Amino acid sequence: MAYVHDAEHEHLHDPTAFWEKYIFSQDHKVIAIQYSLIAIGVGLIALFLSALMRMQIGFPGVLDMDSTEYYQAMTMHGMIMVIYLLTALFLGGFGNYLIPLMLGARDMVFPFVNMLSVWFYFLSVIVLLASFFVPGGPTGAGWTLYPPQAISQGTPGVEWGIILMLVSLIIFIIAATMGGLNYVTTVLQARTHGMTLMRMPLSIWGIFVATILALLAFPALFVSGIMMLFDQILGTSFFMPDMMQFGEKGEHTGGSPILFQHLFWFFGHPEVYIVALPAFGLISDIISVHARRAVFGYQMMVWAIVVIGALSFIVWAHHMYVAGMNPYFGFFFAVTTLIIAVPTAMKVYNWLFTLWKGNIHLTVPMLFALAFIMTFVAGGLTGLFLGNVVIDIPLSDTYFVVAHFHMVMGVAPVLVVFAAIYHWYPKITGRMLNDTIGKIHFWITFIGTYLIYFPMHYLGLQGMPRRYYLSENYQFIPESAYAMNEFITVVALVVGISQLLYVWNLGYSYFRGPIADANPWKACSLEWCTPDTPPKHGNWGDAMPVVHRWPYDFAVPEAELDYTLQTTPASEVPVHESDHDEVTLAEADDSAKDDGDGVPSLVQS
Amino acid sequence: MIVAIIFALLLLASVIFHFVSPWQISPLGSNWGTIDDTLSFTFLVTGIFFIAIVAFMIYCVYKYQAKPGRKSEYQREDKKLENRLIWITTAGICLLLAPGLIVYSDFVHVPDDAVEFEALGEQWTWSFRLPGDDQIFGRTSINMMDDVNNFGIDPEDPNGQDDIIVMGNKMHLLLDQPVKVNLRSKDVLHDFYVPEFRGKMDLIPGQITYFWFTPTVEGTFDLACAEYCGVGHYNMRGQMIVEEEQAYDDWLSSQKTFAQVLAGGEGEGLVEQGERLALNRGCLACHSIDGSPALGPGWKDMYGRYEKLTDGTEVLVDEAYLVESIVEPNAKMVDGYPPVMVAYDFSEEQLDALLAYMVSLSSNEIAN
Repeated sequence: MAYVHDAEHEHLHDPTAFWEKYIFSQDHKVIAIQYSLIAIGVGLIALFLSALMRMQIGFPGVLDMDSTEYYQAMTMHGMIMVIYLLTALFLGGFGNYLIPLMLGARDMVFPFVNMLSVWFYFLSVIVLLASFFVPGGPTGAGWTLYPPQAISQGTPGVEWGIILMLVSLIIFIIAATMGGLNYVTTVLQARTHGMTLMRMPLSIWGIFVATILALLAFPALFVSGIMMLFDQILGTSFFMPDMMQFGEKGEHTGGSPILFQHLFWFFGHPEVYIVALPAFGLISDIISVHARRAVFGYQMMVWAIVVIGALSFIVWAHHMYVAGMNPYFGFFFAVTTLIIAVPTAMKVYNWLFTLWKGNIHLTVPMLFALAFIMTFVAGGLTGLFLGNVVIDIPLSDTYFVVAHFHMVMGVAPVLVVFAAIYHWYPKITGRMLNDTIGKIHFWITFIGTYLIYFPMHYLGLQGMPRRYYLSENYQFIPESAYAMNEFITVVALVVGISQLLYVWNLGYSYFRGPIADANPWKACSLEWCTPDTPPKHGNWGDAMPVVHRWPYDFAVPEAELDYTLQTTPASEVPVHESDHDEVTLAEADDSAKDDGDGVPSLVQS
Repeated sequence: MIVAIIFALLLLASVIFHFVSPWQISPLGSNWGTIDDTLSFTFLVTGIFFIAIVAFMIYCVYKYQAKPGRKSEYQREDKKLENRLIWITTAGICLLLAPGLIVYSDFVHVPDDAVEFEALGEQWTWSFRLPGDDQIFGRTSINMMDDVNNFGIDPEDPNGQDDIIVMGNKMHLLLDQPVKVNLRSKDVLHDFYVPEFRGKMDLIPGQITYFWFTPTVEGTFDLACAEYCGVGHYNMRGQMIVEEEQAYDDWLSSQKTFAQVLAGGEGEGLVEQGERLALNRGCLACHSIDGSPALGPGWKDMYGRYEKLTDGTEVLVDEAYLVESIVEPNAKMVDGYPPVMVAYDFSEEQLDALLAYMVSLSSNEIAN
């Protein structure tokens, strides 16, 4: 815990050269912006790929796309969105930006490693995109990369695409590990005076637990990636069984395709929460600020994040109910999967109770937060269908699954991304985003995505299989389903194009947006207390902030303003540790509770 | 106000859509009505939660929208309320889980009177095997698979001699007879999926998977592959024909046993030999013989016609071009088809047989 102490007296070497300041910067804020810009850029590519896919599904043949190209677009869309956009943006982007600012640190504890992390991420994206230009093109194995088909004939990109994909993933995991160790260490070691763990904003709790999940889950993907590379390049047979393909006996013998699925989903299910937990945290903060009301049930929210994180490691095989594992596993994984719904539901209830008796400002971030709740609840509840093993059997591998996971881990987190960027953009750039464009963008995006994915469940219900280049001439698919597919495609194109409004807003407002003051939303948490906006290198100027209370003191009865900054001492506004505490001013000031060396103890409850 | 109204309309539209949507679960064709019941019950329970949660959110947005001079209520938590909600949610979860697990228990316990058949998948076609009179499948090995022995049945195993081999994607099932389907794959992952039967299971190379069902409705049902298996995945079709005993027995008696298939290789004509090769080596997975569209150019009337190539030139489909396209598929690609065919290593006699079969499917003639 000596770090905080030293940081106060350390002389800061501010970088002056352009390349030190903006390119090879070790400042967490610059790194966060680099992470975010790369992620958004590659996300736009994935969005474009989804438009190509939707064209083929809604209007087959119009684009003259063959099944090879369709499956390549499908694979790259999925992988980019899940890993290179959402994971990178929540941890590398928001994690990097918010952890030091919300906890009152000058920077991450390992700034150089942090810089390496973003450059490794950049390299992984370059390798990934390079696969579009190699012979055979990118892999078309589906984002789950299941062997044997990922590395055998009949799959696009089996020559180079799959190798580049695996190498890119391995580099990405190295980047995520370097970043992740940084985030965890910073949260545990570099909090400022008075910032106990139970005074951290829920954003940080979400990012913190998600990072721990990432550090524990990514190794499973890492080893399976290396093993598959060995199978492909060196001729080992980790995942490759004896095969008789197109009349030829294969070279491999005795490998287990299901082993890969276990490894993949042991990573893949926690991955869902690596994306979801930061989203939960960010949205809690945004709802609280814009409803002007304390986050309801903070302790429950923290424990829910921790419990969800822990449970996420024992539910993975619900992705494999019909994959041919021992059918009795289904009983176990159905139970664990549905248990996870309880802490998740508690989070939803507490968001609602934060709105209840609030003073709700329908700002753009708040609109996105409301849309998130509705989308997340719809997508979360269909998870109860797919988690309950026997209902999953008819629905798995249909459009019901596609609709479910796009709502719950595609659209819902992306709505949080939008809410969070509208919310924190003034701090990041010093300017406000345009409100009118924000609202237009919001309504198109929210209603559009809902119109895309809500009816899609029903296409799956009647049996339409996913990952079909064409679904003509199947008797269980009526003509009307093709009409619905056309409708979905049209809406998807409108939603896709409307994202340009958002990109334009980001760019235009950076130069022309109204100047933002230091705390435009009148929030309580520490990042709004920086001496400069945007914060300068080292964040806090000469004096480190001291924290006296939790970050949600909205409408404290004794206070004049409807928000009380975390740095406001108890002598000005009393600190309520719970609803029932009798507050006495002198004792409530936690600086009195320090253990002698000016450093607060790790946890105060 | 407007925001609350739009959210409310969206909620209302969702509920109405659920009831009026023409896209509902496909008509049941098996004994798994209990799965449908569990599904409907889950719709009911989750629907109530969905409406309650979203309606409460809309109420809050309507009731507590910001007004000047108003402050929100300072309240950090309500442990009693939170605990109550934990129990309500847990009860809801148990309500969903209990019937689900009971039905699943039925799903994993194959009844004693179930008869077995085997479905073998390969890119991108299906074939089937019945155990024959002895009701015992012959043992198999991938090392014994060849052009004649598609299933890799051990010819030394007496149990395998009477196994019935059904090539060409169509399988017949006896009405109201419980069946256990054993699933095997020759190459990659596949999934046996007939929406009307509700059941579904992956095929995994090197492993036998299974599930059971009882077909309860007469008719023809499409079999689809539901696990991505490469560029032809969407076109890996089959059919399940469910029929009464008389029709089923007629069909069964016209099928060949493994012993007959082994013996049949001798004395068959060139065209028959080509047809068998085309079936067993998976040609017909991508090339249709009835003029329907597929992954590769259809063989009906292909011989003797002109095809446009990817480089814009035209080529006459004659013997030389056909042979080249089999042994070196990417040399001259017909426009409009993905470059996914692998090079096949056939003997001279096999090529002759295949050509004879293709010529027999065409009404065109090439003058010498």
